[in-house]
Amino acid sequence: MTRDLGKYLRNVPTAFCPGCGHGILLGLILRAIDELELDFNNMVFVSGIGCGGWIPSPNFNADTLHTPHGRAIAYATGVKLFNPKLKVMVISGDGDLLDIGGNHLLHAAQRNLDVTVICANNMVYGQTGGQVCSTTPKDALTQTTTRGNPHRPLNICAVLAAAGASYVARYPVTQPFKLINSIKKALQTCGFSFIEALSTCPTQFGRRNRLDTPSLMLQFLKEKCIPIEKSLNLSTEALQEKIVTGEFTDGRD
Amino acid sequence: MYRLELKKSILPPGSYYFSGNDAIVEGAIAAGCNYYGGYPITPSTEIMERIAVRFLETGGVFVQVEDELGAIASVIGASWAGAKAMTATSGPGFSLMQESIGYAAMTETPIVLVNVQRAGPSTGQATRVGSGDIMQAKWGSHGDYQVIAFCPWSVQEAYDQIIMAFNSAEKYRVPVFLLTEEAIGHLRETIQVKENIEVFSRRKKTGAPPFGTEEDDGVPPMPTFGEGERLLITGSTHDEYGLRQVSDPLVQAKLTSRLSNKILNKREQIVDYETYHTEDADLLVVSYGFTARSSLYAMEQLRRENKKVGMLRLKTIWPFADRIVKELGTKARKIFVPEMNRGQVAGEIMKYARCDVISYPQTNGEVIDPSTILKEMRRLL
Repeated sequence: MTRDLGKYLRNVPTAFCPGCGHGILLGLILRAIDELELDFNNMVFVSGIGCGGWIPSPNFNADTLHTPHGRAIAYATGVKLFNPKLKVMVISGDGDLLDIGGNHLLHAAQRNLDVTVICANNMVYGQTGGQVCSTTPKDALTQTTTRGNPHRPLNICAVLAAAGASYVARYPVTQPFKLINSIKKALQTCGFSFIEALSTCPTQFGRRNRLDTPSLMLQFLKEKCIPIEKSLNLSTEALQEKIVTGEFTDGRD
Repeated sequence: MYRLELKKSILPPGSYYFSGNDAIVEGAIAAGCNYYGGYPITPSTEIMERIAVRFLETGGVFVQVEDELGAIASVIGASWAGAKAMTATSGPGFSLMQESIGYAAMTETPIVLVNVQRAGPSTGQATRVGSGDIMQAKWGSHGDYQVIAFCPWSVQEAYDQIIMAFNSAEKYRVPVFLLTEEAIGHLRETIQVKENIEVFSRRKKTGAPPFGTEEDDGVPPMPTFGEGERLLITGSTHDEYGLRQVSDPLVQAKLTSRLSNKILNKREQIVDYETYHTEDADLLVVSYGFTARSSLYAMEQLRRENKKVGMLRLKTIWPFADRIVKELGTKARKIFVPEMNRGQVAGEIMKYARCDVISYPQTNGEVIDPSTILKEMRRLL
């Protein structure tokens, strides 16, 4: 299926490295918006600092607010509360939304703020050169974990579901149709909706973890991800090697 | 450059017995404030508490968020959604807000921030008074930028200046502070509310670049989300349409100089002060905020004794009143500056005055007693 997504884009050069998964995600978000026939002029895209923040700003030809590091959801709160008619979408990275901005994320979920948040999770601090993040897999090598990451990655979807978000899902960019449907569902949800979109970073994550080509990184995601239904039969040890995908809550508030 | 309206005061005109914090809320609502994002902190909390109730009547949007980082962030977001937005805090919260103050300056977002100053540094003495955030208000966020800061000495002036703060924010597209103190926030006085209030609203011009003007010191018009302008707003260096230019030296130089010049070149319109007996004063006391009440008492007492003393009261702190200080600093023999900090404004006065500048710093969490100022001034005569 082909369609013209050019009308949604500004004619600016891409900031993404070759093989970056964020370009795929950018396309999927626009396809979801196109399929829902949303009024692009009535949408506000808020992003923070980092590679993920470049997905909407400056690429999307709509109102965009590129905020200080970690504060995207806090800025979006003011936009949405003052003018609830605007469709507000936050698109940013894992370091931005989960680490430095974690408190805003948690409380937006708790208040069930009516915005859609898409976290482009490349499992690493990409823009600053590949440092560890709360999403980095255990034992992965980064610029600041040269003997392997000692910590388990944060399961933010479980956290946000517990915090009371209306819709929480996780899908990799290797499952584009599931991701499009999930984004559509999130955009139609009343209340706080969150999607952790697993992306790829061959430049900063892959090359230190023997995944230094775009295809190896995509293969890595394909092998790591299992749907929730299948995960139920796995032992705790086996689950630690996997990333569980699917919808974690769909509890219309 | 902006739209002027005459608005009917929300409160019926007349006399009211208000605390400083109450008056700030009523002034803000009169000026058109319709968004407040906040986080509780002593001694500013009554502002948020009153707003939470009053907005139910006026239809404003109130939210209490998770921290001060989020409070000011939501205020900036609301401003771009079309709100006249404000927050209030005190020292520790003001420190947390510095990040987004820089963002508001860089993105030319009109916001109003009330800092009811308490005794610092750090948590300090939460219920005690201080004026230690004068320099932080000017230099708190990184990089070069300018802000406007008012400093009231009475409950009436807190009411009047919060209206001026909203108007200046809209007029110059800049973060504006009301730098008040615990002693004013909790002081109760009778104030007069007028029937009509002059209110400015931001200028709009469809299709015009939102971050550039022809003039080097100009203020561009400001569009709002949802108007089809497809805004690019960023705290990164940007051209007149908001497109990031993160390595172009010319764009960086042009933007940063305009952000400063649009305020500094309008100093004559923004700076506000009043003088007492400065014509023949040998000893001049320069004062602001609550301390100016004590200074006035001391100065008047000495005048009754036929001493050649005078007073300059600063109603605005930033941009600094350099011209009047320069002028009076050549006429007077000595300038005396009592402050509830370690000499922050005294240092600024030394930059412009030719005469001796004597600082009286008091940081014990108490207001400066009139008798203290009287005693110190007597020693200098």
